[in-house]
This record gives sequence, structure tokens and C-alpha cells, in this order.
Amino acid sequence: MNGRDPVIEVHVVAGTPAASPGRVKESRRRPPWWLWAAALAVLVPVALPVLFLFGRAAGATDAAWATLFSFRTLRLAGRSFLLTGVVTFSAIVIGVGGAWVLARTDIAFKRIWGVAFALPLVIPSYVVALAFISGTGPRGVFADITGLEIPHLIGLPGAWLALTITTYPYVYLITAAAIRKVDPSLEEAARGLGASPGRVFWTVVLPQLRPAIGAGALLAALYTLSDFGAVSLMRFDAFTRVIYAQYSGRLDRTPAIVLSIVLIMIAGVFIWGEQRTRGKGTYFSRSTSRPPSIYRLTPPQRTTAILSLTTVTAIGIFVPVSVLSIWVVRGLAAGTNIAVSWRAVMGSLTAGTFAAGLAMAAAIPITVLTVRFASRSTHWLERVVFTIFSLPHITIAIAVVAFTIRYARPVYQSILVLALVYAAMFLAQATSSAKASLLQVNPALEDASRSLGHGPIMTYVKVTLPLISRGLLAGGALVFVTTIKELPATLLLSPPGFTTLAVRIWSAADELLYARAATSSLLLIAVSVVPVYYLSIRSKDVVEV
Amino acid sequence: MTGPLISVTGVSVSFGDAVALDDFSLDVPQGSLVALVGPSGCGKTTALRVIAGFEHPDSGTVAIRDTIVVGAGKDIPPEKRNVGMVFQEYALFPHVSVAENVGYGVRGADRVQRVHDVLKLVGLEDHGSRFPHELSGGEQQRVALARALAPAPDVVLLDEPFSNLDAPQRERMRRELRRILRGAGATAVFVTHDQAEALAIADVIAIMSDGRIVQSGIPDDVYAQPINPWVARFLGDAILLPGVVENGSVATVLGPITTSLPAGSHAEVMIRPEWIAPRVSDDGAGCITDREFYGHDQLVEIELAGGERIEALVPTANRILIGDRVDVEVVDSIVYETASGLH
Repeated sequence: MNGRDPVIEVHVVAGTPAASPGRVKESRRRPPWWLWAAALAVLVPVALPVLFLFGRAAGATDAAWATLFSFRTLRLAGRSFLLTGVVTFSAIVIGVGGAWVLARTDIAFKRIWGVAFALPLVIPSYVVALAFISGTGPRGVFADITGLEIPHLIGLPGAWLALTITTYPYVYLITAAAIRKVDPSLEEAARGLGASPGRVFWTVVLPQLRPAIGAGALLAALYTLSDFGAVSLMRFDAFTRVIYAQYSGRLDRTPAIVLSIVLIMIAGVFIWGEQRTRGKGTYFSRSTSRPPSIYRLTPPQRTTAILSLTTVTAIGIFVPVSVLSIWVVRGLAAGTNIAVSWRAVMGSLTAGTFAAGLAMAAAIPITVLTVRFASRSTHWLERVVFTIFSLPHITIAIAVVAFTIRYARPVYQSILVLALVYAAMFLAQATSSAKASLLQVNPALEDASRSLGHGPIMTYVKVTLPLISRGLLAGGALVFVTTIKELPATLLLSPPGFTTLAVRIWSAADELLYARAATSSLLLIAVSVVPVYYLSIRSKDVVEV
Repeated sequence: MTGPLISVTGVSVSFGDAVALDDFSLDVPQGSLVALVGPSGCGKTTALRVIAGFEHPDSGTVAIRDTIVVGAGKDIPPEKRNVGMVFQEYALFPHVSVAENVGYGVRGADRVQRVHDVLKLVGLEDHGSRFPHELSGGEQQRVALARALAPAPDVVLLDEPFSNLDAPQRERMRRELRRILRGAGATAVFVTHDQAEALAIADVIAIMSDGRIVQSGIPDDVYAQPINPWVARFLGDAILLPGVVENGSVATVLGPITTSLPAGSHAEVMIRPEWIAPRVSDDGAGCITDREFYGHDQLVEIELAGGERIEALVPTANRILIGDRVDVEVVDSIVYETASGLH
């Protein structure tokens, strides 16, 4: 599970950091050195090991290099690409179709459908996977209910289904935002020239949405490539699963490192593509405030649309939650030990709180730098933040493990390093939302404070911070939710004896203790609901969940 | 201290290729209200920000009370300059009350008293517990002014102080501003693009163009003796008539205008509409073709014998109507030498 949360959606829609450094509006003011020091304090300890990983590979043994070019690695890459391809394709079909139906047709209960359709976003991929693994097969919930013989859903089909459900909301949200900005008069012009609704969709609507769909597709692809939880539960040998197996099963960690580097490089291509398309989704801004024209569905079309929406939301939300609940009930009935692990709950809360606190603290100097002292270097700072956010978590974890073992043994598998890694990985969520807030704050307020006798630090404390606190807290809440869902880095970097709900779900599912895994899953969703609810009521402008 | 309170000398600032200030110099005498006026983009706001310490000059110095605050290797941060600033959009802290805004820069035991006194000076002593968004535009501006005055700064800088007010409020605040500043015994520099505003309330007016001061002085002098046609036209209505000097005068449609320029030089004659005195006369050479009546005076359009039309501002005591024939007398004029006959 790689927690790429709504922040990216907002990010793509807002198109905040310009794609090319040439367009950066430079500020004349030079930031004080301590601002840079504070901005780099969380980033460097995580970015450095990733760079170090490449250095480490240079000194790898011939055997390790043989791994890299072996037939096995090629097959591995092939499998990962295959999964990424099929998931991206289905996410586009569901996301774009849903966005168009919900934005532009006269289907009833649009608001409720809109929320339900985006809801799978809050369920981690491995929980969706768990629901389908434990639902299918001879002992599964479906077989129990229907009395039919239902085969196990595992491997490629299982990973495909779980990841499609987890990723289509990104395509949906980005596309829906773009559809709202499309100028309706273009479509009216096409209709006026005699084009049928279908032709208008293919020749006018779709080309305008292409950048947004592209951005969403890249996001879905990157997510799939980075996902660890769903592929490992579905026992599909994608890169991340093999890296983990190589890491935990062998004394020599070099093969895991070499494979991590390959994965980073493949992800790098996707990240590069994503950063290039970012922001392009908005180049067709609407000049009129006229609502888009609404397409009237024919009765067969309406039936098809409602059936499709129902199927997707059922598979995405209703089925997973029901299956998990049934397992809890089953467990209770059978007297299985499904005791809630308070240690795991506390672990999740601790990890989430630490990570959110660190990320918020680091987001302040970064936001001030990028907004108030915009320059080429702050542009790159932002890119580093987003690149770390987009890298597969397992590769970051491998890099940090390799680095700390060699150079920072005392903090190896310490809670400090774990919290730092979380904070750096999810920093982008905190900075995006803090940046949106700071952009609303007139810099004259800070100048006023300075001319009234307060130094820069007092000015940040007394003026800037109170004014961006809402955005900052919203970002912190997002980091909290993403952290408690995080799996691979938690598995690799947790201190001995430390556990979280995510780890417990994964290990219980791995040992086929479904009732226990289901309890933790429902708990995880429950713990996430509070901050997500806070986010959706407090900062509708920042995050659309 | 013998020199001016603030002395800006040879300051240049550029943003990339754009030059905002180009060898800009300005002296602000103690206790005066100085207006920096110029078209938008002439660098006047940058000049204020350099004095306040928000922009750093590429060269030149700024001295306050004979102490250099920037330049010559020094750069004292804004918070240590004792300069108050009123921002164009007021920049009131939205998260604290009016009293806390005003008291933000005040330290010491008598803080509460000081806040009260300053709020009273601006006539808002009852508004201390309100929040900025609950105030009208004019009230917000008074709070901004009170906040800037509260720490008793050496000088108050005001950036387009009236631009966010509607016309009647603006008139009232102009007068208020002078009263408040005088009450506080403050020295002030304000920036505006509105020359009427600058002429109306400033003790000293400094006209800026392309990053430097073109002319400065008391408003009466600058208005009556603009140093070039551009300043003349920027400060008010001006009729500009080109010609060539011959025998100590320039021939214009309004008759010969005497000048000390040498014969043969190209010249431009500047006449303000109120410097033209039309007199009704049955065999006058001009004819009134249009008239706008303002009450205290009136603007008339005169068609001259050659068909040229000029405007004259005349007291309403002289009864002039459309169709009247008039003799035109030029009471005053300024002759500028121009590089060539073209302009």
C-alpha cells in the first residue's frame, strides 16, 4: 500500500509547481540560512540514503549484477508492467465514465453517488485485497452465502481488481474537476453544427479532458507500480513483493538493493512524466460561469448507468466492508481470538501523530521558502518533496535500512527514523495544503509586522503561523491518515516490539487469520474516519474527498 | 540633527531587466508631509519599500536622522529602523482585534494607554475590541494609520493610502490624515498616482518618472513652474503650442509669446487653461463653442480665427455663453526649449 492520497488530486488540479523551472517567478529577497536548514532537516536524512543506494550498487558483486540482467528480472519487470497496464486501463474506463455520468447527465442523487464513488480512496489497497481473498474460495464468505463453489481470487486477477478499486478514484476526481472547467459553449457549437451527442463526446469533450485523464492515469500507474500490500496479499510477484522477499529471506541484501534501484528508475520515468503533465490539466479554463449543459439519458442508458455505478460502488465499498464485518461476526461466533490489539492501535496512533507533527513542522519552512522566496532552488526543493512522495515506499525503506545499518547503527530501527521516514514520504501532503493557505496570506502582513519592530522569527510565530494554521492542520491530518495506512516502510523500519494496525492486518492475512485481520481492518478504517471527516468539513477548498 | 530627517541618496534598484529606481535621491524634512507622485510603474512604491527596509538597493544609501540604515556596507532590518508603514490594502492582522493590531508594535508598561491614545487620535477609541473585517474601509485605514503611529516612529510611510476608498471617503480622509499626522507630530511620506491628491495635502511634492525624481518642491511652485512639458501635463491641464523663436518671441495661435531663448531655437509654449482670459467683445477673433459650468468656475472651449480650439478656465463672474465672440489674452505662460520641432 502506497498512500498516495487526495493531495495529489488537488495538486494536479491546482497545478501548483510549474513544470519547467524557466517559468518560476523569482523573488528578489534572499531567505535567511536557517530557513533552508529547517527545510532540509527532515528531507535530507531520507533523500541522502536514496542517493547512497546508487553508490552502494556501484560496489555490488558480480552476482548481484547478474540478478539485474537475469531473465528473472526481465520477467519481473514484465509482470509489473502488465499489472500496471491493466489496472491503469480499467481505472481510466471507470474513472472517466463515472466522472462524465456524474457531472454531465441527469442521473438522480448525484451528490450521494459522487461521494460514494470517491469513497474507496479511504480504504487501503491491502484491505480491499484482504476482503476479496477472504471472500472467495471454498471457505470464503461468498461461497457461504451463495452455496456455490467460488474459486480463490488471487494472483493477477486479484491484484488487478484490488488495485483498480484503489486507483480509479484518482482518475475520477481529476477528470471530474476538469469536466467542471470545460467551456459548455464548445459542445453547444458542435451540436449546432449537427454533431450527435456521441460524436461531441469523442471529438470535443474527450480531447479537452485528455491532459486531465493523462495525469490521472499516470497517478494510477505510479500507484500500482509502487503498491506492496495488495500484490503481496494476492501473491502476485510484482517488483515490490520480490524486493521484500529478497530482503527478508536472505542475509545478503544486495539483490534487494539492486532490484530497488531498478524499481526506482522505472518509477522515475513515471514520476518524470507525471511532473511534466502536472498542471497541464488546467490549461483549458472556462471563461463563463455557466453550468455545463446536462445530457438527458434515454431509459436504457439510464439503466446501464445506474447498474454500472451500483456495481462499482458495491465492489469498492459495500463488498469489502460487508465481507470484513462478516468475518468479525464469524470469528466471534466461532470463539476465535479476535481480541483487539491495543498495542497496534497505540502504535498506529503514535506513528501517525509523530509523523504528522514532524511533517507539519517541516512544512512551515518549506512553504515559506517556496511561497515567499520563490527561486530556482526552491522550485527544486518542491520537486524533491514530490519525488520522495512518489517513490515506492519499499525502496525508500530499503535505502534507509541500508544506510542506517552502515552509518547510523544506533538509530537503526528506531522510532525516530521511522517517524522521519513517514514525515519525509508524506511531506508533500502537508506542504501542498500549507502552501494553499500561505498563498492566501498577503505578504504585506509580514512586512507590517517587521516594520512594527518584530524580527523575522517573531513575525512567523505571531502572524504567519496563526494565519496558515488551518491549512497546516489539514495537511497534518492527511499525513496522519496516510501514515497509519502505510505498510512496507513500517514493516522494514519498525523497532522491535513496535506494531501498527497495518502491520497486524498484513501479518494476520498472511497467516490466513482472516477474522483477526478483519477486526484490525475495520479498526483502521474507523481510526481514519475521524481525520478524514475533519478534512472534509474543515477544508473543502483544500481537499476534495 | 541638522540635515533632513530622511536622506535617500543615489539609490538604484532593478528587478531583473526592469529598473525600478535609477539614481533616486530624496530628502524628507522633519515634520513635513511629502508626496511621491508619478504614473504607475515609476518606482514610487519601491522607493518607500527601500526606506522601510523591504527592498535592498543595488547601490546608494538611505540615512535616517543622519544614521545610514542601508548602503555603505550596512543593512539594518526593517524591525530596527523605527519606520512606520501604512500599506495599500492596510495589511491589518485578520486574526487579532483592532486594539491588538494597534498595540502590536508597542512595548512597555504604558502599552494599553498608548493604544487608547492613538485610537482616540484617529477617532476609533470605541472600536478596540472589534476585528478588522467588522470595520468599514475608512475605519480600517484609520486603524492601519494608528498601528503605524503607535510605536512613535521617526517617519510614517503611506503606500497609496486613499486608493481603496470611494470618492467622498477619500476627501474626508485626506483632511483627517493631515490632522492626525499633525496631532502626532509625525513626519510622513506618501505615495500616490493621483496628482490632485498630492497637490492638495502635501507640504512637499516630488514628481517621479522612470525611477527618479524629475522635480520637487512646494505644490504651488511645482504647479506654476513645471520644469518640462511632461511635468506640466502630469500635474494639470496644459495647452502646449510648438513654435520657433524669432526676435525674442514665439509665434503661436494665441499671438506672440515673449521669451529669452535665442532666436532660431525650437520651443514649446505651455499655458494652463486658467492662464487664458477671454473677454467678451463683439468683434473678438475667437468664438465660444462649448462650455461646462462648475459653479465656482467654468471651462469654455474657444475656437480661434484659424479654426484651432483651446480650453480656458475662467471665473463665473465673467458671464460667457456659447456663441459669444471673445478676445483672448494670455495672462501667463512658460516657454520650454525643445530638441527639435518634433515632439
